[in-house]
Amino acid sequence: MAAGTGSGRTISSTFAPVRNYLLAPSWLVIGIFLLVPVLLMLVYSFLTKEFRGGVIWEFSLAAYDQFLFDRGLFGDDPPKIEWAYITIFARSIVQATGATILCLLIGFPTAYYIATRPTKTRAVWLFLVTIPYWVNLLIRTVSMKFLIRDNGPLNDALMGIGLFDSPLQLINTNTAVQLGLFYSYLPFMVLPIYAALERYNFAFSEAASDLYAPKWTILRWILIPVVKPGIIAGCILVFVPSLGAFLAPDLLGGAKTFMIGSLIEEQFKGNAGNWPFGAAASMILLSMVLVVLMFYARAQARDQV
Amino acid sequence: MTAPAVALKNVRKDFGTFTALRDVSFDIADNEFFTLLGPSGCGKTTLLRMIAGFEETTAGAIFLYGDEIENLPPDKRPVNTVFQNYALFPHMNVADNIGFGLRMLRWSDADIAARVKQMVAMVKLDSFAHRMPSQLSGGQQQRVALARAMAPKPKVLLLDEPLSALDLKLRQEMRAELKELQRDTGITFIFVTHDQEEALSMSDRIAVMSAGEVQQIGTPSEIYEFPANRFVADFIGETNLLAATVQSVDEHRIDCVLAGGETITALANQPAAPGQTGYISIRPEQLTLTGSKPSGDSLPGTLDGAVYLGTDTQYTVTLAGDLRLTVRMQNSQTGAVPLQHGGPVHVSIADHAARFLVD
Repeated sequence: MAAGTGSGRTISSTFAPVRNYLLAPSWLVIGIFLLVPVLLMLVYSFLTKEFRGGVIWEFSLAAYDQFLFDRGLFGDDPPKIEWAYITIFARSIVQATGATILCLLIGFPTAYYIATRPTKTRAVWLFLVTIPYWVNLLIRTVSMKFLIRDNGPLNDALMGIGLFDSPLQLINTNTAVQLGLFYSYLPFMVLPIYAALERYNFAFSEAASDLYAPKWTILRWILIPVVKPGIIAGCILVFVPSLGAFLAPDLLGGAKTFMIGSLIEEQFKGNAGNWPFGAAASMILLSMVLVVLMFYARAQARDQV
Repeated sequence: MTAPAVALKNVRKDFGTFTALRDVSFDIADNEFFTLLGPSGCGKTTLLRMIAGFEETTAGAIFLYGDEIENLPPDKRPVNTVFQNYALFPHMNVADNIGFGLRMLRWSDADIAARVKQMVAMVKLDSFAHRMPSQLSGGQQQRVALARAMAPKPKVLLLDEPLSALDLKLRQEMRAELKELQRDTGITFIFVTHDQEEALSMSDRIAVMSAGEVQQIGTPSEIYEFPANRFVADFIGETNLLAATVQSVDEHRIDCVLAGGETITALANQPAAPGQTGYISIRPEQLTLTGSKPSGDSLPGTLDGAVYLGTDTQYTVTLAGDLRLTVRMQNSQTGAVPLQHGGPVHVSIADHAARFLVD
């Protein structure tokens, strides 16, 4: 530190002449692994499909047309709105929203509990929250499948205590997908909220209580507004991957629980694939995510004023 | 009102196996500026937090104007707190912070607006009502915290080291302002600090605390001039503490022998008997140094050092028996006295300045 401040120059002014060179590796990685693939998808979505996967380099709006409109079997009927894919999208949004709310309802109290433990035991609790994530998502989703199937431990237990006479139908339902998404992404809710709560000054709560505020009022008007950035970050981190998830709907759901992630996955895997259509669906998904993020950025900017 | 503002009866607080407060009992009068003074860890903040309701009592009772309150939650106690680091709500502007308590008390919007206006004027922040706390300086935040705590017209205002985060100059200004505010509003202030100068300059009475116990309660001058024990003498201001043995007793006046064999006459803090050991406490400013032996009683010694402090000079003197004394004299009075390092000097003690503190 002494060397840096001694000459009266800041780090950024010291490195100004070579900054672009120093940033080059990061730009390279972001470019190759982020920008190029997204642009490639954008281009593919406007190309013509090859029968067994792949694309023909010929401009076409067929993919978007197929997504939005139904032109009948031979393509010469007047165009009607195609509801099948829009329904899948709507279902994805509902499922992702549901998973986000569920994660928030369970994640916030969990994070609050951890943040109010003594410093030493917090690390243990955080470790416990993250332990399942050392196991592959596929394995975890399959284990969830075993847990909730008709003659699985959950149903055995429910029937064992006499709550139900016949097994509760969970597998292949929207509820199962919901549970799977919740289980997959809960830590993404807990960790940012925990980080915000850890920085929260509990003297604010004491001050509010000293100024005659009852417990729930403190939660509503002091604690939640102060840790709101953490809550929003957690919601985004759960909502975005839930929206595009395909493992949980594939493994835990059935035909009626088909989600956008699975639709895209199908277009790229196997021989029946339709790459431009998959790319178009991805672009639509991406633009929806961007809309959500824009609302977040707007809210952030408003809070800064 | 005859009941004291706050009455503590045998209050005790344990944190696990650690006892933060043991058997504390005293009364704080209505309209009093009362200070809890002590080093960190003495239990003063714990005691304040128990009055506010943030800590439960392990044993004992707390009364507020005669009503027992130790089982009430903080939001049901008509006392308000100024927190050490202010704890201003970061997402609310100055006016909303100050009005928060009133909103919770369900005042009408018009009444809240009028009271908030009055409070920002009181703390001279009229033009800052719509600023966020992060846009204020430390001193301004401190004023907002004060206004917020005083807005609901509490019966007792609790202040937890409110000046400790301010720089020296601002701190000295705020001392005068706080004292004035207390006098004008007539609210009972309970002020926690570890800064004895702060305590002496503002308080009507001070409770000096150490190790979870009240060592002495009294006015600033009582505590400074008649410390109840060695801890108080040492903690409040500077003092010379010399081990001594009682030789003879004449009511409160005691003749004691120091380690070097000299005899000093002192006032005792409690009845003492010949042969008893304890400490003589003498404030540095009660001692005078001369090069030649003065006419009255004096102690011979050697001058070890002098530190110039502007208005005063502080001398270090070694007496027989290797006893060290600190002497503080005003420079306007010492100018003519030639004092040599390592040279012989004579120390004389002002009348009635020595205190004998039973161990």
